[in-house]
Amino acid sequence: MSAIELHLPALQVVLPLIGAMLAALTRSGRLAWAIALVVTWVTAANAVLLVIQVMNSGVPISYVLGGWSVPIGIEYRVDQLNVFVIALVALLGAVVLPYAKRSVAHEIRPELQYGFYTMYLLCLAGLFGMAITGDAFNAFVFLEVSSLSTYVMIALGRHRRALLASYQYLIMGTIGATFYVIGIGILYLITGTLNFADIASRLPEQMDAFGRPAMVALSFLTVGICLKLALFPLHVWLPNAYAYAPSVATALLAGTATKVAIYLLLRIFFSVFGIEISFRTIPIGQVLIVLSVAAMIIAAVIAVFEENTERMLAYSSVSQIGYITLGIALANQAGLTGGLTHIINHAIMKTTMFLALGAVVYRIGTSMLPNLAGIGRKMPLTMAAFVISGLGLVGVPGTAGFITKWYLVLGALEKGAWPLVAVIVASSLIAVVYVGRVVEVAYFKSPSAELADVKDPPLSMLLPILLLAAATLYFGFDTTWSAEWCAQIATDLLGGTS
Amino acid sequence: MIPSLLDSNLLTPADLVALAIVGPLLAAVGIAVFHRWPNLRETITLVAATGVAWVVWSLAPIVMAGGRPQLTIFEILPGVSFALKVEPLGMLFALVAGTLWLINSIYSIGYMRCNNEPRQTSFYICFAVAIAATLGLAFAQNLFTLFSFYEILTLSTYPLVTHKGTPAAMRAGRVYLLLLLGTSMVLLLPAILATYAFAGTLDFQAGGILSGKVSAAATGILLALYVFGIGKAAIMPFHAWLPNAMVAPTPVSALLHAVAVVKAGVFSILKVVVYVFGIDTVASSPAQPILIAVAMITLILASLIALRKDNLKARLAYSTVSQLAYIVLGALVATSVSVVGAGLHIATHAAGKITLFFCAGAIYLAHRKTEVSSLNGIGRLMPYTMTAFLIASMSLIGLPPLAGMWSKWLLLKGALDAQQLMVVAALMLSSLLSVAYLMPIVARAFFKPLPGFSDSSTPVQRKEAPWPCVFALLVTALLTCVLFFAADAITQLLDPIVSSSNLVTVPSDV
Repeated sequence: MSAIELHLPALQVVLPLIGAMLAALTRSGRLAWAIALVVTWVTAANAVLLVIQVMNSGVPISYVLGGWSVPIGIEYRVDQLNVFVIALVALLGAVVLPYAKRSVAHEIRPELQYGFYTMYLLCLAGLFGMAITGDAFNAFVFLEVSSLSTYVMIALGRHRRALLASYQYLIMGTIGATFYVIGIGILYLITGTLNFADIASRLPEQMDAFGRPAMVALSFLTVGICLKLALFPLHVWLPNAYAYAPSVATALLAGTATKVAIYLLLRIFFSVFGIEISFRTIPIGQVLIVLSVAAMIIAAVIAVFEENTERMLAYSSVSQIGYITLGIALANQAGLTGGLTHIINHAIMKTTMFLALGAVVYRIGTSMLPNLAGIGRKMPLTMAAFVISGLGLVGVPGTAGFITKWYLVLGALEKGAWPLVAVIVASSLIAVVYVGRVVEVAYFKSPSAELADVKDPPLSMLLPILLLAAATLYFGFDTTWSAEWCAQIATDLLGGTS
Repeated sequence: MIPSLLDSNLLTPADLVALAIVGPLLAAVGIAVFHRWPNLRETITLVAATGVAWVVWSLAPIVMAGGRPQLTIFEILPGVSFALKVEPLGMLFALVAGTLWLINSIYSIGYMRCNNEPRQTSFYICFAVAIAATLGLAFAQNLFTLFSFYEILTLSTYPLVTHKGTPAAMRAGRVYLLLLLGTSMVLLLPAILATYAFAGTLDFQAGGILSGKVSAAATGILLALYVFGIGKAAIMPFHAWLPNAMVAPTPVSALLHAVAVVKAGVFSILKVVVYVFGIDTVASSPAQPILIAVAMITLILASLIALRKDNLKARLAYSTVSQLAYIVLGALVATSVSVVGAGLHIATHAAGKITLFFCAGAIYLAHRKTEVSSLNGIGRLMPYTMTAFLIASMSLIGLPPLAGMWSKWLLLKGALDAQQLMVVAALMLSSLLSVAYLMPIVARAFFKPLPGFSDSSTPVQRKEAPWPCVFALLVTALLTCVLFFAADAITQLLDPIVSSSNLVTVPSDV
């Protein structure tokens, strides 16, 4: 095995970190973009290699940083679950970046552009770190790295309200991170270790003596992480953050940030505490189901009444995250497969939609629904991608969203939970309404005179959009790399292997 | 007979199946590419429609002879494939849709050009995609494939309903989309998934995949979910999308909302009854009487509403709702005769109703008249059109020597076999009502004087719609006569679907 192959786990995090520093030194938007482009594509390739390595090895890869062995040193531990999330984040990060050049140039002041790319890379580094580390405190550090860089990216938004949105997220995010660290602290007191795998192995024997503190720790961790993944009703930071951040930042965050938080939740539930403790001792499953249902319905209904399409999509995200947490809470093979599959499916669909809206903003400077009249005829390819992804959100067969819905409904049926089946289908029906509103305005209203010269964005922006829209269709047909892989991960998680 | 593409050995039957669906899709691409040259664009539509008609007629003898060409495209989920398989019921539906698409294309070109409709390119594209979806649905090998094409059909016809872009059209489009997508997602999809959970498969199989696997109560609930979930069958209370869809240009109403879309609905119900439940399971289900009652109410109520509608297209739309209920009734009565009758009615009603809509469109084109009350004496201005209207009306009512007679006959016979006397009474009553809502139109057209004329003998200048329209409506009117004599061939085609189901349910070694 070559030296590079041995160090793939570390490179995954170190490359974007170095890239971020280089980008910060350039002080030039164009140069920073070029660096970011190289780095994101190399990290994407790195992630793919990592996937191959994990697939070939069959067991989790353990990488000890600096040669300090576990549990004193920090371990990077790569298994099917996190390599799946890492690959998703890396590929999305790479696909979005070519798009970023023009969009960022359009939305952010020139002297701040290099800062945006720095933060972009830092955010990726943080997300990779969160996903890859086997150490609970290290995960907190990376959580903060990604969060802090996210606050900056949001604050770079074109509206003054971006500052407020960023501040709002800062407060909420800090509370979430604090909750997380409190939970980790309690676990450390109980088990004397910060390594996820070690905690997992030591926790059962301590459950008799420290059962209650362990439950408190689980609760803190759950609430803290759910704040980051914007589970209803802890989602209040998300709509404004998504609506006022620069389009590129929104597209990146919608596809990656919440997804990595979901990964962390899965890790805590299934690997650290184990399904027995997480779901049987305290009713976290039931609570999650109730909140997921609330998210799926309430957030979707709010989305219907939003005039700002980016806020509409943000609420849609809250609703769609409900699908994922519902799948987790069902905690059976089909349900978990559905939830996991939706991590990738939703990431692809929502990123496409935000990128499409970003392209609209690039052309007409706004994304308010009334201003989009007739845009479907002026930007046919962009809006076609938007509609395809919208159909995916609805869960029309032939799109990725259908596969998710299929597994989730099967999971609910397996539990005999007919009301949940009704909720899932009802939520997708509401999605018809909010996607349909945009379609009606974009296609059936006549374009105003101001839109006379508007056309599809330049290729560098259009190609990522079309590529992701094609992916939405692709994953609606071929599920080898989505549902089938996720089914395998779900089997592992439910089997209790970490 | 028709020269078969198969003789050349260039194409296997499975290729033909694929071609039937890919052909219209390619046509859609071609139409988009050549949108600047309307003549070329329309040529593509005509060529594709001819090709599709040829393909389905080439497949027919194979299926007649007992062949079941099939094609698995890929496995999408464990045990669930995206797969096609031609069986008699689907063959019949494909024949109807494929043949009528060709005739309708001729009519469309006349209609859209004469009417100077905007956005004709997107009209022809959506039309071609809708036909591809219809054929895919007809050839679906399992419920998943059927459901996929069902949704594509809804989505591809939505832009056609909202074609005019007026607020009324958009409102109608909303009703259309929400009712059709809504019922399919809220009722049909859970039913399909529950079927998968119970039976472990979604493949259509002779004798049904659910028979003997689920309790009577669950069968009843599932059956109800299917009957209401397949909103395209327009069973009340989920029928409102169909009258709403009439804001679309008339060629759309004629082919899609009298044939392809609505027949996709009743066809799906037939498929589910025959191949998912098995007719014996349905006949013994506790839900059967309730659902039959709902279908009868739809049958009668829709006829009564049709009677009161002055707008010609609205009247025809409600007539369609009522005629669809015939087919649903035939499926639910679930005897071998009634199921074959229901299948036959798909073909006979299609020929009759498309003619009526063609006529309605022709009247609008030539004289801008949409209301029944304004049609006095129009038969003297448009003798060909109104003669076709008369023939189609008679077929719909069920008079010989026209096609509609046979399907009604079989449906009645099936109901009698099953001792469903209420159904018999409802079918009779509905026939009477159809006389009452169709014949006055003909009487008005031929016997009332034209406005401004004192009596009906003054000579007037004829004014028919453009020739492609008149040609198309005469052909379909002729078809209703041809089908009267060809009905036997269709029942022969359909017979295997019920006899095999009988075979399966006969206990072989008790």
